[in-house]
Amino acid sequence: MLLILVLATFLLLELASGDAVDAYLVSSGGGDANLVAQMRQHYGLDQSVLARLWIYLAALAHLDLGWSLAFDRPVGALIAERLPNTLMLMGAALALSFGLGSLLGVAAGARPGSLTDRLLSVGSLALYAIPGFWLGLVLVLFFAVDLRWLPGSGIETIASGKTGLARAADIARHLVLPVAALGFIYLALFLRVMRSAMAEVWRLDFVTFAQAKGLSRRRIVWRHVARNALLPLVTMLGLQAAAMLGGSVVIESVFAIPGFGRLASEAVAGRDGPLLAGIILVSAVMVIAINLAVDLLYAWLDPRIGAGHAS
Amino acid sequence: MAFLRRYLRSGAGMAGLLIIATIALGAIAAPWLAPRDPLAIAGPALLPPFTDARLPLGTDRLGRDMLAGLIHGARASLAVGLAAMVAALAIGSVVGTVAGFAGGLVDEALMRVTDAFQVVPRFLLALAFVSTLGPSIGTVVIAIALGAWTEPARLVRAQVLSLRERDFVAAARVIGMHPAEIAFREILPNALTPALAIAALIVAAAVLIEAALSFLGLGDPNIVTWGTMIAEGRNLLRTAPALSLLPGLALVITVLGIYLVSEGIGDALERRGRTTP
Repeated sequence: MLLILVLATFLLLELASGDAVDAYLVSSGGGDANLVAQMRQHYGLDQSVLARLWIYLAALAHLDLGWSLAFDRPVGALIAERLPNTLMLMGAALALSFGLGSLLGVAAGARPGSLTDRLLSVGSLALYAIPGFWLGLVLVLFFAVDLRWLPGSGIETIASGKTGLARAADIARHLVLPVAALGFIYLALFLRVMRSAMAEVWRLDFVTFAQAKGLSRRRIVWRHVARNALLPLVTMLGLQAAAMLGGSVVIESVFAIPGFGRLASEAVAGRDGPLLAGIILVSAVMVIAINLAVDLLYAWLDPRIGAGHAS
Repeated sequence: MAFLRRYLRSGAGMAGLLIIATIALGAIAAPWLAPRDPLAIAGPALLPPFTDARLPLGTDRLGRDMLAGLIHGARASLAVGLAAMVAALAIGSVVGTVAGFAGGLVDEALMRVTDAFQVVPRFLLALAFVSTLGPSIGTVVIAIALGAWTEPARLVRAQVLSLRERDFVAAARVIGMHPAEIAFREILPNALTPALAIAALIVAAAVLIEAALSFLGLGDPNIVTWGTMIAEGRNLLRTAPALSLLPGLALVITVLGIYLVSEGIGDALERRGRTTP
């Protein structure tokens, strides 16, 4: 599967109009024809497609993602430098959307058809329709421009000289708005999944039995219904990992966060093919890793799944 | 027709249909509602909304009519959304049918390709594709469809797998139909329902991705889109927030309408499941 992706990214690089040397010439304002040929030879660009594919694959096997044209630095190093910010943003957004979303989902699913349920359903549908980047702008408008409560851009105050806890608090303050902008859509999604999963569980016999036993409603909702409705939510978590990574591209651009996603839009702006290809490969590996983690979590939550394979 | 009647009984579905019909009418009638080029200067720059009856929603930084921009933007959004959906369903149903019907190595290979497309974030894929081939409405549509065909492909394949063992397929084989004809004329039409059920969701996702692409400056530069309008208004967020708020609201209402339509379709399908055994 990864091999297919590698071939696809190579194809993408081939399709791009102009090669690395052209891009360099544009940025430096032209150059001597002899030098151009020399550079092409140096970067192996004068060889056949298959030979270049072989060079590309061999480099990838050594975890070498290539050389960024726009930054004039190794792609791997650039990505490694930007990734932590994005992981922080995604992790916080995921925690917010999963936590709050499932709680609100329980509130909606506790009494299907009640006023709370209907209000939350309509509200979540509306929230789900809001594009993250626009929500980000609206949040900036209210909380950073009008109220001046929170910073509207960047990851930390530049040259503040803060260290340790003060710096962590500073970064946290900067992350509030982007996390909200990225997380709210998924909050709505998790709410809806939780609610419909609970509606399914309410119909099952063991819930009727628990009601017949005279258990309190609170206990049935939490111990019996919500708990068994959690599995589809975990599935959703894995499925949405890719979408969230894509969403961070736009959110990081809105909030000027120097992260992985912003690197993608910078690669686009700089017509930096190798960087873009590296970003796609790394994000695919990350999505696979997240899904693997979700599978493990699944087996831990529902012992029946793991046992089936082991025996 | 029975489906239509069930759909009309769904409250969410009706509300969504009303919203989308209004926006679609506006989009289709754009040349008459706002006959002038929406990219042309129509009045003084940065006219606030509701101050001039001739320009009801005001003008932007360059004095372009906001209302005309919104109406023409609806055209771009809906056109891209629908075209991407049709393309995604076409690719998905062909891949799904071939994989499910052929089975074996073909199935294995096609499904691995599907996996590969599914692990790349859709938005990144679209971003990379558009930036490589250059922004135009055609590449935007293909870029979005490239990320959206995998789900219909899986749904169609699952249906095909269960259909190909049915009697009518065996009958088609017996009368000597060509396998390709069996796959595409006998099986595919029957396998499309689950994929069609998510068609509205594909449109909604496509509209959102298109907006995000043009927000990042990767939209077709020759047409007005809501994403571009938001991006241009963003620099004046402090002084003229309406410039980015209005197109954003249009976007939210459109996507909400599409979601409601999708709920209606879901309700209608579910009701069928309940009434017929």
